[in-house]
Amino acid sequence: MIKTGSQILLDALIREGVEYVFGIPGGANLPLFDALYESSIKFILTRHEQGAGHAADGYARATGKVGVCLATSGPGATNLTTAIATAYMDSIPMVAITGQVKTFLIGNDAFQEADIIGITRPITKHSYLVKDAKDLARIVKEAFYIARTGRQGPVLIDLPVDVTLEKCEELIPTEVDLPGYKPRYEGNVRQIMIAAEAINSSKQPVVYTGGGIISSESSKELLAFAEKGNFPVTTTLMGLGGFPEDHKLSLGMLGMHGTVYANFAVTECDLLIAIGARFDDRVTGKIDEFAPHAKIIHIDIDPASISKTIKVDVPVVGDAKNSLQELNKHIHFVERKEWFDKIKDWKGKNPLSYDNSGSVIKPQYVIEQICDAAKGNAIITTEVGQNQMWAAQYFTYTKPRTFLSSGGLGTMGYGFPAAIGAQLGCPDKIVVDIAGDGSIQMNIQELSTVVRLNIPVKIAVLNNGYLGMVRQWQELFYNKRYSNVCLNGNPDFVKLAEAYGAKGFLAEKKEEVRPIIEKAFSIKGPVIMDFKVDPNENVFPMVPAGQAINRMIGTIA
Amino acid sequence: MRHVISILVENKVGVLARITSLISGRGFNIDSLAVGETENPAISRITIVVKGDDAILEQVRKQIGKVIDVIKVIDFTNEEFVERDLMLTKVNCPIGKRGEIIEIADIFRGKIIDVGQKDLIIEIAGTEDKLEAMLSLLRPYGIKELVRTGSIAIARGAK
Repeated sequence: MIKTGSQILLDALIREGVEYVFGIPGGANLPLFDALYESSIKFILTRHEQGAGHAADGYARATGKVGVCLATSGPGATNLTTAIATAYMDSIPMVAITGQVKTFLIGNDAFQEADIIGITRPITKHSYLVKDAKDLARIVKEAFYIARTGRQGPVLIDLPVDVTLEKCEELIPTEVDLPGYKPRYEGNVRQIMIAAEAINSSKQPVVYTGGGIISSESSKELLAFAEKGNFPVTTTLMGLGGFPEDHKLSLGMLGMHGTVYANFAVTECDLLIAIGARFDDRVTGKIDEFAPHAKIIHIDIDPASISKTIKVDVPVVGDAKNSLQELNKHIHFVERKEWFDKIKDWKGKNPLSYDNSGSVIKPQYVIEQICDAAKGNAIITTEVGQNQMWAAQYFTYTKPRTFLSSGGLGTMGYGFPAAIGAQLGCPDKIVVDIAGDGSIQMNIQELSTVVRLNIPVKIAVLNNGYLGMVRQWQELFYNKRYSNVCLNGNPDFVKLAEAYGAKGFLAEKKEEVRPIIEKAFSIKGPVIMDFKVDPNENVFPMVPAGQAINRMIGTIA
Repeated sequence: MRHVISILVENKVGVLARITSLISGRGFNIDSLAVGETENPAISRITIVVKGDDAILEQVRKQIGKVIDVIKVIDFTNEEFVERDLMLTKVNCPIGKRGEIIEIADIFRGKIIDVGQKDLIIEIAGTEDKLEAMLSLLRPYGIKELVRTGSIAIARGAK
């Protein structure tokens, strides 16, 4: 059938099951928007392309499907880059489509031209410049396949405007043919047997899991693994929700702001079983002193992640789900009483705690109240900084895809637009963006988006009047020389919400916290909750940068 | 350590840029780079010579292997392989020295492919060592211009 490039693209997106596309139109994608006018795809108009990119990412993280964003050429495309980099660092499946100037103008410094393929090369899993509409259906199929398989990630399709207008025969591909791309899902059987042997004979094992558990949908297999073999489990920031934190085997999060007991357990373990995690520097602290007594098993779908920072003893290249299913056949229950007694002792001496005795609102208290009020039906997104760490520490995550946060890139401004995508993907959930007063202002313009479409996301601003995490570092490591961290001149967030047509509530005292959370949750529309929290509160425990992870500030040995 | 890395890729736009940026992104300078079609025109072979820390280069090799259009990556460093670099060099050649220079070229199995009034051009193929050895003998005469293809390499057949 003869179609235009635009129609071919949209039909290909529909074949991939795309419900929502997030973005903004512009000169170089006008024909595409003309075709979208009568398409079944729901287009979510954001107010900044970065918002569109993060919304697509949030949609992907919340649903497991590929998120799609669309921008015009030049500035539209460059505005997407932070969102693409965020998705790349956290291995999130996303397809970003950018308009491009006409094919014959490429490289001419044409109006709104940017070499977005070149700019995004280090932050995309793959990219395509479409030069012929006949290739478009195949390219879209490949792009989605690449984005959602193997170690997932963003793929960019750069689409010159003349290609979207070109009419040609639509060639629908039946299969993907990529000779250089064969992700390996099944772990080597011999390696798995070696791993099982090491696991069964270990006296002090720790399971350390990351985002790979979430992206491979293997939290059930992980739970079965931990219960069958009797292992304590700690997760990374990206892995939160992959293992229920209310389970007796849970150690919570490890690393820089992890629990003391998780970090102690990793430091003393004789076997570290890493699954779908990549030994990030925020997890390992000082490399030489990370799990110094442990044999290390590493299961990961990405061969390049294995032995990247830490020498691994038993590598298993494969999908977490597959590998866990296989491992579960070969492991058996071991009691390990001494080990669990030790952990219990650490937990008793060093629980996560904060001083909640005064009337001032503690940010941790706000998170606990949100957790309690949501009754297990929430998706939490975060910005980056103290708000993110408190949200990680004080909310109890029990299900995968309920904690969406920019882990690798640490993108302030991520949480709110990500919440939009998550809410559209999961309309029955309460979606709450835990924000700081600094980061919420980085994508505040999306209030227009949520008001116009009545997307009922809730924003909880932990308002301490500072770029709090930087202030904390300046307090602890820079002699309290508070350089450019005070946010004098913040807007009145309640009035701001109202100016956009949303609801805004203010809490200045502890007793006001719970009522406004309940009120916000009862409203079927977007709400900003402004919590004036203790400006001096810090995130503890904390491993100073470059230190061993068992040397935490705020620890009782 | 010096590594000769051979990469089979799909003959597509952008693949070379992805590979070189993975190497330069780690702060390594590429000593030489040669690209050409293989027996299958849809597939090209890229040969890269690069010096650097073994562990980091192993990581780079794995990252290159992840590039979608890369079919295979071989680091020849610990393998039996044959390596050749082609060089053309224009050597200053005053009257009376022509015989000496041709003799040097002959020793290294170089070929004289052009003779001018004041210079001549030598073509030579070989390993980098051999090329360097010939150059050191020619330098006293004056090297006017020099161009090299960069190493290409292929694994030896089974013995």
